[in-house]
Amino acid sequence: MTVHSFQEHFDAKIDNEVMIEPRDWMPDDYRKTLIRQISQHAHSEIVGMLPEGNWITRAPSLRRKAVLLAKVQDEGGHGLYLYSAAETLGITRDEMYDQLHTGKAKYSSIFNYPSLTWADMGAIGWLVDGAAIMNQVPLCRTSYGPYARAMVRVCKEESFHQRQGFEIMMTLANGTDVQKKMAQDALNRWWWPSIMMFGPSDADSPHTAQSMRWRIKRFTNDELRQKFIDVTVEQAKLIGLTVPDPDLKWNEERGHYDFGPINWDEFWNVVKGNGPCNKERLEARKKAWENGAWVRDAAMAHAEKRKARKENKEVKAA
Amino acid sequence: MNQFINKNLYGDYGDKEQAAGSSGTHNTAGEWPLWEVFIRSKAGLDHKHAGSLHAADAQMAIENARDVYTRRMEGISIWVVESKYIHASDPFEAASMYEPANDKVYRHPTFYDLPDELKHM
Repeated sequence: MTVHSFQEHFDAKIDNEVMIEPRDWMPDDYRKTLIRQISQHAHSEIVGMLPEGNWITRAPSLRRKAVLLAKVQDEGGHGLYLYSAAETLGITRDEMYDQLHTGKAKYSSIFNYPSLTWADMGAIGWLVDGAAIMNQVPLCRTSYGPYARAMVRVCKEESFHQRQGFEIMMTLANGTDVQKKMAQDALNRWWWPSIMMFGPSDADSPHTAQSMRWRIKRFTNDELRQKFIDVTVEQAKLIGLTVPDPDLKWNEERGHYDFGPINWDEFWNVVKGNGPCNKERLEARKKAWENGAWVRDAAMAHAEKRKARKENKEVKAA
Repeated sequence: MNQFINKNLYGDYGDKEQAAGSSGTHNTAGEWPLWEVFIRSKAGLDHKHAGSLHAADAQMAIENARDVYTRRMEGISIWVVESKYIHASDPFEAASMYEPANDKVYRHPTFYDLPDELKHM
């Protein structure tokens, strides 16, 4: 086969919705794009544990604490599924960690915002996980097999995350005036960053067309953003909270909500590392990795010792 | 031809040694070994591939697999095997490998044209 026929074979598979598997031939750019997207996704899961981890010790009840612990543990698991999927493309775990820690790889900008009150745990679950689900559900049908399988697992687990977040918001919104205010304040701070989670608008997203062609992406950023706004605005109404967008208006003709302009300067600023918590998040990650080095080494040394002991016993028994 | 095939060696580490040089850029020296995890979801069913993880040894791999792959009662039994011991068929040979099955439709019961009156067969 020539390069040309490899390419044709690959294109035909994509067109016929046949999944690409790790050992199949794939164009270099397809591999590179996937590594970038999947590892970025994995990093987001891992860094995403930090803003929520901040509130585990201060959860208002044992029930809330157990739930939050389970959620944060899930995020760690999601990071693992995704790192594993990326590893099938020929990059190592350590290389990916290194890219994260040196700032070469990005993670979702949303996690560079601080979690100031307990209500933020509600807003993150409801909005941030809600936006993530909107993004992730179509990825269960993405063209790369290991990625799609990881996403199926992630989506199954993620839906409780959004529901527990909404429950927190609902409880606060039905509480005292101070609690309601706290819920509204969290919505005010998390709404726009959540909207930005879908990434730049289609006109400024140069990779979208190619990613759609490869079926790595199934919907454009703007399509997903609109879908998220349409469902979330209704949810906010249900619990009597106000979405902080004065231009928000139902458009009968389009069958969608119209919404106000997004502050893309803020978005790019945070992407470039100037968000409120960029430095803190990365430092927390690096510290955990570096301070954990002796544990990793010790576990390896222990495993080798155990193996040697076992072999020794077998020799004696023989 | 080889130069066109950016062959990924995941799932068949035996190939890695043979194809020396083609994957020389990756240094996995400091990493815990990679393990493949197989889970039996309930008695009577096969173990099924669930995913992979890094662990220092088999015991740790099983414990970690419990934590990441069975948090919601997905399994009652776990197998782990170091990824380097998995050997896989070559996708580039798939056509010739599985072709012999294509022209043997008589291996399927529907191949035989029998009268409708025939019962219990």
